[in-house]
Amino acid sequence: MGPDALPTEAMSSARDKTMGMREAITSFVHDGNTVCLEGFTHLIPTAAGHEIIRQGRRNLAVVRMTADIVVDQMLAGGCVSRLVSSFVGNSSAGSLGELRRRMESGVPEPLEFEEYSHYGMVCRYLAGAQRLPFYPLRSYAGSDLPSVNPAIRKVASPYTGPNGELEQIYVVPPVNPDVTIVHAQRADRSGNTQVWGLTGVQAEAVFAARRAVVVVEEIVADEVVRSDPNRTIIPAHAVDAVVECPRGAHPSFAQGYYDRDNAFYRSWSHISRDPVRLENWMAEWIHGTRDHAEYLAKLQGEFDSRLAVGEAPSLPVNYGRRL
Amino acid sequence: MNAPPEEAATGSVTSSELLAVVASRELVGRLTVFAGIGLPTLSASLAQLTVAPALEVVYESGVCGAHPSHLPETIADAVLITDAEAVLAMPALFGYVLQGGHIGVGFLGAAQIDRWGNLNSSVIGDWARPKVRLPGSGGAMEVMANAGEVFIVMRRHEPRSLPDRLDFCTSPGPDRALAEGIRPLGAGVTRVITDLGILARQGPGEELQLVAVHPGVTVDQVRAATGWDLRVAGAVASVAPPTENELRLLRRDVDPGRVYLR
Repeated sequence: MGPDALPTEAMSSARDKTMGMREAITSFVHDGNTVCLEGFTHLIPTAAGHEIIRQGRRNLAVVRMTADIVVDQMLAGGCVSRLVSSFVGNSSAGSLGELRRRMESGVPEPLEFEEYSHYGMVCRYLAGAQRLPFYPLRSYAGSDLPSVNPAIRKVASPYTGPNGELEQIYVVPPVNPDVTIVHAQRADRSGNTQVWGLTGVQAEAVFAARRAVVVVEEIVADEVVRSDPNRTIIPAHAVDAVVECPRGAHPSFAQGYYDRDNAFYRSWSHISRDPVRLENWMAEWIHGTRDHAEYLAKLQGEFDSRLAVGEAPSLPVNYGRRL
Repeated sequence: MNAPPEEAATGSVTSSELLAVVASRELVGRLTVFAGIGLPTLSASLAQLTVAPALEVVYESGVCGAHPSHLPETIADAVLITDAEAVLAMPALFGYVLQGGHIGVGFLGAAQIDRWGNLNSSVIGDWARPKVRLPGSGGAMEVMANAGEVFIVMRRHEPRSLPDRLDFCTSPGPDRALAEGIRPLGAGVTRVITDLGILARQGPGEELQLVAVHPGVTVDQVRAATGWDLRVAGAVASVAPPTENELRLLRRDVDPGRVYLR
């Protein structure tokens, strides 16, 4: 429902919110929006990012803890004018060529960058999700980051500390994206979203947003979700759309479904280093594919050969049923 | 430098093997380490097999007590999750575990470090229009602010990596926090392991000083490779070279695919 809505009945909970990716992006992502894409290495909403590029969105502010390949692609796609992030490298696999060109040379245009640390970003989502004016954290004292990011500020605690003084502490402001998009293993049709493995800050990012789109490997029956409600990290009332998009996180991974395409991550430094090569890659793999199914078809057997994972099922627990 | 009483290895040792082994010994007797990917993870895995069998590795992705079947390629690799003892959401990992004071040692890399153990991982040049845009803080800021102490591994000890003045201070040590009137929670950087030797300091108010050199490295060499007027300890130890056992464990068990060893 989002923080601007009055706390009315959760009328959206019982509905069928499933739709295709094209419709979800058309309906929920608009030019000039602040768009949050979350997934900390795991469950990155790549397919959604590609569809945003295909639909030619402009002037987006992207909020993402780890600006990664998807952000590099959106930058190359001309979609992004502002970035809010705490890590702008290609994980441990090298650099993001387009991002570095924008930041180092301002080519083709400068990029507004609001820079934080990881926990600073987490706290922004926490504040945004809870309708708080700010969130305190122990980071930033003595760092040069506040000098380049005036949103990071210092306040005095209203309470006396252990040494009898009013303690100074840094705070960050809330972030309330227009839309947050996350990827998950499964959800039911009304949007109860279940994740296992690394959950990152997906729930926080969804609750902080005015609207939320959940993309899943598979939509499952209500009974499947209800058999293990602790696994639901995002309840239906926080979700506006559910999109079924198998392998929608590639080259990222979905725990239990497919592995990370480390070779692709390593190749991105080379692809993105040369702007012409990058443009050709984008033309072939994003603009040249109608949807994620066509993108996957180009990968042919990669999933079954290189990216397949074995089984490691959890042991079931007994929630109990009253007699 | 408390090397196990074993035979030094004969045969060649690469620089990254040397760094991984020497760094692993720093974790002797430790219980929790917050490890960045790459050499820190290698060193932590080797330490679990040698000097710190009770060592729990905590990753910023949320994994505590990982038991990976293969060497993880990222701090969020799927192999870290399967068979792990705990997988926490990020607010819990950063808020309760790290900021809440449960991490005795943080193990990081850095593009630049200065004499006080302040780190730069943001930019070379000016922030607004950098010569080189680096990845940024990630969780490094939080590790520096909250871990009991921090160890740094640097592959190349050269003046532009250990400059007199950082291009940008991403992750400040406790001296800079104190200068702002904010009480730090940890000691900051206490050990820096490089391909030339080891620098150390106890905590706030002290500069890093040279305490050990690798075999064949001279004190003058290290001073020439450091961008500031490097202090040298009264007695500079010689780092015991990697043993056959440490190298075998590293090459055979920890990183057989040489993902991070070069």
